[in-house]
Amino acid sequence: MIKIFIIALLINNVVLMRFLALCSYIGMTSDVGQSVGMGFAVTFVTVLATAATWPLYHFVLAPLNIGFLQILVFILVIAALVQLVEFYLKKNVPGLYAAMGIYLPLITTNCAILAVTFENISYKYSFIESVVYSVGVSAGYLLAMVLLAGVRERIKTSPIPKFLQGTPILFVATSLIAVAFMGFSGLVK
Amino acid sequence: MNRYWKIFKQGIINENPLLMLMIGLCSALAVTTNVQNGVGMGLAMTFVLLFSEIIISAFRKVIPSSARMPIFIIIIAAFTTVIDLVMKAYFPALSKSMGVFIPLIVVNCIIMGRVEAYSYKQKVVDCVFDSFGMGLGYTWVLVGIAAFRELLGNGTVAGFPLFEKLGFVGFQPILFFILPPGGFLVFALFISFNIWLKKRMAKSAKAIAAEVAA
Repeated sequence: MIKIFIIALLINNVVLMRFLALCSYIGMTSDVGQSVGMGFAVTFVTVLATAATWPLYHFVLAPLNIGFLQILVFILVIAALVQLVEFYLKKNVPGLYAAMGIYLPLITTNCAILAVTFENISYKYSFIESVVYSVGVSAGYLLAMVLLAGVRERIKTSPIPKFLQGTPILFVATSLIAVAFMGFSGLVK
Repeated sequence: MNRYWKIFKQGIINENPLLMLMIGLCSALAVTTNVQNGVGMGLAMTFVLLFSEIIISAFRKVIPSSARMPIFIIIIAAFTTVIDLVMKAYFPALSKSMGVFIPLIVVNCIIMGRVEAYSYKQKVVDCVFDSFGMGLGYTWVLVGIAAFRELLGNGTVAGFPLFEKLGFVGFQPILFFILPPGGFLVFALFISFNIWLKKRMAKSAKAIAAEVAA
C-alpha cells in the first residue's frame, strides 16, 4: 500500500516522469498560491473520480460486457462530477469555492485525472489500492506544481540567455527537476 | 485554392499547436522515445481531429451553444474509442508501447481547442484543411523530437542504426535523452528554435515588403 503511494508520488511522478497534465503545469504555476490552489483542486477531483469510476466499471460496465465504452463513460462522469462539485461548493462552502472555484472548469480536461481512472482499471487495483494510488498521483502533481512555481519566482529575477527566454527556460528547469527525481528510482525495490 | 493553402499552412509553423499555442504537450513528450511511436501518435491524433472537425462542422447549426461542450466531448470520445480499438487490433505492439496515451487523445487540448475555436464556426471544407494542417504541425514536431531523442539516446532512427552505418562505431548512446528529463530539454530547444524561425520569417517578409515599396 505504502509502496503504491511512494511509487506514484516520487518514482513515477505524474508530471516529471510521465509527462501528464503538462498544460496546467506550465499554465498555472506563475505564482505559488495559484499552484497550491490548483494542486488541491486536482487532488480533490481525482480522488472523487476514482471513487466514482471504479465501482462504475466493476459493477456496471464489466458485468454488461461494455468495457469498450470506458473512454466515453469516464470522461462524462468526470465532467459531470466537476460540475456537481462546483455547484455544491458554491452553495455550501463559499470559502473553499472562492479559493479553488476558478480552477474547477479547467480540471475536466486535465489528463492526469482521466489517466488515473484508466490505470486503476488496467493495473487491476482493488478499490482501496485505487484510492491510495489516486492520492499518491495527485500529491505528486501538487509537489511538482509547487516546485516549478518556486523556481519560476527565482527565474523572474535571473538573467536568462536570450534564446531561452519565455517558455523554453521553464522546460529546461523542469528537465533539471526531473533529473533530481530520477534519483528516487532506487527507493522501492 | 490559395485560401485553403493558407489555412493548411497556419498549423505547421505560425500556429503550431505544440510549439506556439503550447497545447497538447503531454502526449508529445511521453511517446517520443522512438520515431515509430511519434508517427503512430501523430496519425492517431490527426484521425480523431479530422473526423471530429468534420462532424462538428457539419452539424454546427444544430448543436445548441449552451450544450456544446458535452456534445463535443462525446463526439471526440467516440472517435478516440474507434482509434484505440483499431490500434489494439492491428498494431498491438505500438498500442502497448503508447499505453494510456491513446485513450488520452480525448482530453488532448488541441482537439477541444480547434473544435471550439474553428470548426464550430467554419465550413466543412475549411475544417478538413485546418485539421490536416494542425495534424501535420503536430506530427512533424513529434517526429522531430522523436528522431532527435532516439538518435542520441539509442543511436538509431526508427530502428535503423544510423551512427553505425555512417562509421561512428564507438558511439555510446546517451541514455539521458530517452529518459524523461531529456524529453523536457529537447522540447525546450524545439520551442526556442521555432521562435527563432518565426522571427526570421517575419523579418524576411518585412525585408521583401520594404524592397517592393522601394
